[in-house]
Amino acid sequence: MSLMSLTAVELGKKIKAKEVTVKEAVEAAIAQIEKSEETLNCYVTVDKEGALKKAEEVQKLIDDGTLTGPLAGVPVAIKDNMCTKDMLTTCSSKILSNFVPTYTAEAVVNLEKAGAVILGKTNMDEFAMGSTNETSAYGAVKNPWNTEHVPGGSSGGSCAAVAAEECSYALGSDTGGSIRQPSSFCGVTGIKPTYGTVSRYGLIAYGSSLDQIGPVAKDVTDCATILEAIASYDPKDSTSVKREDYDFTSALVDDVKGLKIGIPKAYFGEGLDKEVKEAVLAAAKVLEEKGAIVEEFDLGLVDYAIPAYYVIAAAEASSNLSRFDGVKYGYRTEDYEGLHNMYKKTRSEGFGAEVKRRIMLGSFVLSSGYYDAYYLKALRTKALIKKEFDKAFEKYDVILGPAAPTTAPKLGDSLSDPIKMYLGDIYTISVNLAGLPGISVPCGTDSKGLPIGLQLIGDCFKEKNIIRAAYAYEQTGSYKRPGMLEE
Amino acid sequence: MAKQYETVIGLEVHVELATKTKIFCSCSTEFGGAPNSHTCPVCTGMPGSLPVLNKQVVEYAIAVGLATNCSITQYCKFDRKNYFYPDNPQNYQISQLYLPICRNGGVEIDTPAGKKTIGIHEIHMEEDAGKLIHDEWEDCSLVDFNRSGVPLIEIVSEPDMRSAEEVIAYLDKLRLIIQYLGASDCKLNEGSMRADVNLSVREVGAKEFGTRTEMKNLNSFKAIARAIEGERARQIELLEEGKEVVQETRRWDDNKEYSYAMRSKEDAQDYRYFPDPDLVPIMISDEWIERIKAAQPELRTEKLERYKKEFDIPDYDAEILTSSKTMADLFEATTELCKKPKKVSNWLMVETLRLMKENDMEAEDLSFSPENLAKLIELVDAGTINSSVAKEVFEVIFKEDIDPDKYVEEKGLKAVNDEGALRATIEEVIANNPQSVEDYHNGKEKAIGFLVGQTMKAMQGKANPGMVNKILKELL
Repeated sequence: MSLMSLTAVELGKKIKAKEVTVKEAVEAAIAQIEKSEETLNCYVTVDKEGALKKAEEVQKLIDDGTLTGPLAGVPVAIKDNMCTKDMLTTCSSKILSNFVPTYTAEAVVNLEKAGAVILGKTNMDEFAMGSTNETSAYGAVKNPWNTEHVPGGSSGGSCAAVAAEECSYALGSDTGGSIRQPSSFCGVTGIKPTYGTVSRYGLIAYGSSLDQIGPVAKDVTDCATILEAIASYDPKDSTSVKREDYDFTSALVDDVKGLKIGIPKAYFGEGLDKEVKEAVLAAAKVLEEKGAIVEEFDLGLVDYAIPAYYVIAAAEASSNLSRFDGVKYGYRTEDYEGLHNMYKKTRSEGFGAEVKRRIMLGSFVLSSGYYDAYYLKALRTKALIKKEFDKAFEKYDVILGPAAPTTAPKLGDSLSDPIKMYLGDIYTISVNLAGLPGISVPCGTDSKGLPIGLQLIGDCFKEKNIIRAAYAYEQTGSYKRPGMLEE
Repeated sequence: MAKQYETVIGLEVHVELATKTKIFCSCSTEFGGAPNSHTCPVCTGMPGSLPVLNKQVVEYAIAVGLATNCSITQYCKFDRKNYFYPDNPQNYQISQLYLPICRNGGVEIDTPAGKKTIGIHEIHMEEDAGKLIHDEWEDCSLVDFNRSGVPLIEIVSEPDMRSAEEVIAYLDKLRLIIQYLGASDCKLNEGSMRADVNLSVREVGAKEFGTRTEMKNLNSFKAIARAIEGERARQIELLEEGKEVVQETRRWDDNKEYSYAMRSKEDAQDYRYFPDPDLVPIMISDEWIERIKAAQPELRTEKLERYKKEFDIPDYDAEILTSSKTMADLFEATTELCKKPKKVSNWLMVETLRLMKENDMEAEDLSFSPENLAKLIELVDAGTINSSVAKEVFEVIFKEDIDPDKYVEEKGLKAVNDEGALRATIEEVIANNPQSVEDYHNGKEKAIGFLVGQTMKAMQGKANPGMVNKILKELL
């Protein structure tokens, strides 16, 4: 078996024990990338030379005792919306096709301090807008479980790369489910932390009040370990929070006795695939058998999450993306007459259809005369949704449900109907609106052999509850490798 | 009878705050510097960069708000104002619309009809834009982001002013308050204070306001006064011709003394303001406000009274000395050094004002140091130089801030107090000017002045004039 079949923490242990060199680990990752990348298209940029050079540097720091952490020397892939100094950062958009940042995102700096070796930048939905990875300007990513299916989005490249073992772990970002939904589709584990836990400095913003960076890996242990490395209070990000606890790995205990788990009835109604429903409820059963107290309850306002989200996220995006204008960096149209024509042509040519749709939607809801009716109403809805969760967390430690209503759809099936694509975010979006932490762990496959994800949601700053529940569930041996790796 | 019109004016005043660093990053706010040398990912709008508020900006804004009798918004927020322009790197400006930091204030001004209060609608904080430089030879435009992110406050008045004089009095009042607080140097010509004039006219007695225009590009008090007169006349002419005033933004050209329409209300942009999600709300506690109040420096009225009492400076002089922070600072620092307030006041009131007028300068442009003025006063007092030499030396201090001790030494300007040398020169002057001597003896007192002049000339101005007079009279 390849070194890449190890979890990040297992590989880190072998490197620390000098059973494996960092160079061997990086070469194993590159070998896997070279083997399957042509089929899967997980990466926008692979920096083979840079990674091999970095491997040598990191090896020295491990050898001289400077780097002792669990992730030292372990190769990682970074979603292409996080700035990396001197390395192309495109957001999978044509408009940033030539953008090389002058600085590195804080979360990535934290990983580098922990001895991570960056393999490259992963493919995503353009500017993180999409749920299938098909809106990338650099082509769709294929699902390693079945290449006729999408990997989910927007962190589809990161999740597919982890599943296909083209990296040991990856960073993704989650604005409305962009870590948890593709984790579910690709059969890997991903955490969206509490808003404010991981610095957004250097994360190219989509919906600033909702965006959070988080880990994608093979198991819960990896995710907790990675989160511990990337989470920090960052004075450069005003929304960053100085937390009391950063010791997420302390929750890696196989014990859920007395843990109160609530299942929102509304999450199991119309639109939920039967096989997904069965798998998720079976997972709940496992936790109950392990001693958790599981019961159903009514969570209000579930139906309002999607409209509120698409108003808020689009409004923020319409403003966040206005800096891409062809003046300072990025793509500029070839022929133009005057400033306004340059703006118009650059943005018309540089952005894809889904990004344009959301910029238009966002500009509309912020327009004078519509602001109160749409934007303010959406903000009020957001506050009410948070209250609903507050109520629920008075009774429960963890809320359990599916990560997505279905398994991965076929390529091309969603793009024609954006509303249907938006509805696929129903279980993940309210978590962002309320700023809560959420995790997706694999809980089986459907009859087509596609993975199903179990979502566990915690109260703000209570990552440890969901890590504990997910870890306990995972001990039943839920993780599977995609078939393509077994051949 | 011709209709009588009333002018209604409201001002939007932008003031650049005197913080060392920018409003949302740690770049320097220093004026000048090579293009784009005071920049970072934040103030150039790089993807992924985030703003972090400079606390000093809030403190200055609160201080100005308190000094202008505003109420402080204790839960305040920043909003994004969205518009595309290349000097605006994010294509949105971080400003305040919904919850500005100060509201409902006002300042009192003096008018010929007595005291009048000009209301302040609000004061909000925002960031400045960069600067576009148009290269006509290369047919392209370049952007310098050094100014991008420099903190501003915008002070929005109520439409309470009725004449150019009231506008100038209001601006002067604001400028003094802000200068005394140390919140800005408020230089109109360098753009650290900028005023946009909203003006409409209506028939005297009318209840409704007329349609207003907004005038920009006003770089001096004189330009503001001229622009108000020009715009008032233009609007009245339109109304007299039975035409309508169009609501629009106009640009004043002070050379041509005419304003041009820039954009009308129809092309007004929808800025799509919304709360900036990258910044958290600012919570201003009572304690914070109290701390700022307690730290407030002496403002003009207090200073004026103190000068009269402590230094026995006459009313008029105290008014002039406190009419600008620079002048008051100069006065106090020099007095501190030489302990001669009246003499310091005299140098500032007479010679300094004369030279400022000659050179068309504002008090803020003064660049000489209190040390050198104090030294000069000492030189005169000790009789080391005479007063006419002192005036010459002061001119050099005024221009180049030289050390008068060294200068007097190097140029050999010390007064000649040697009676023997004086007597010899005077004897020679008397011998060479028999006509004047005769005139003097015939009762023409003025003739002595000529002889003194001749003596001073012979001594290259360095003679002690008292001694020259005494010896002359004696010898004659």
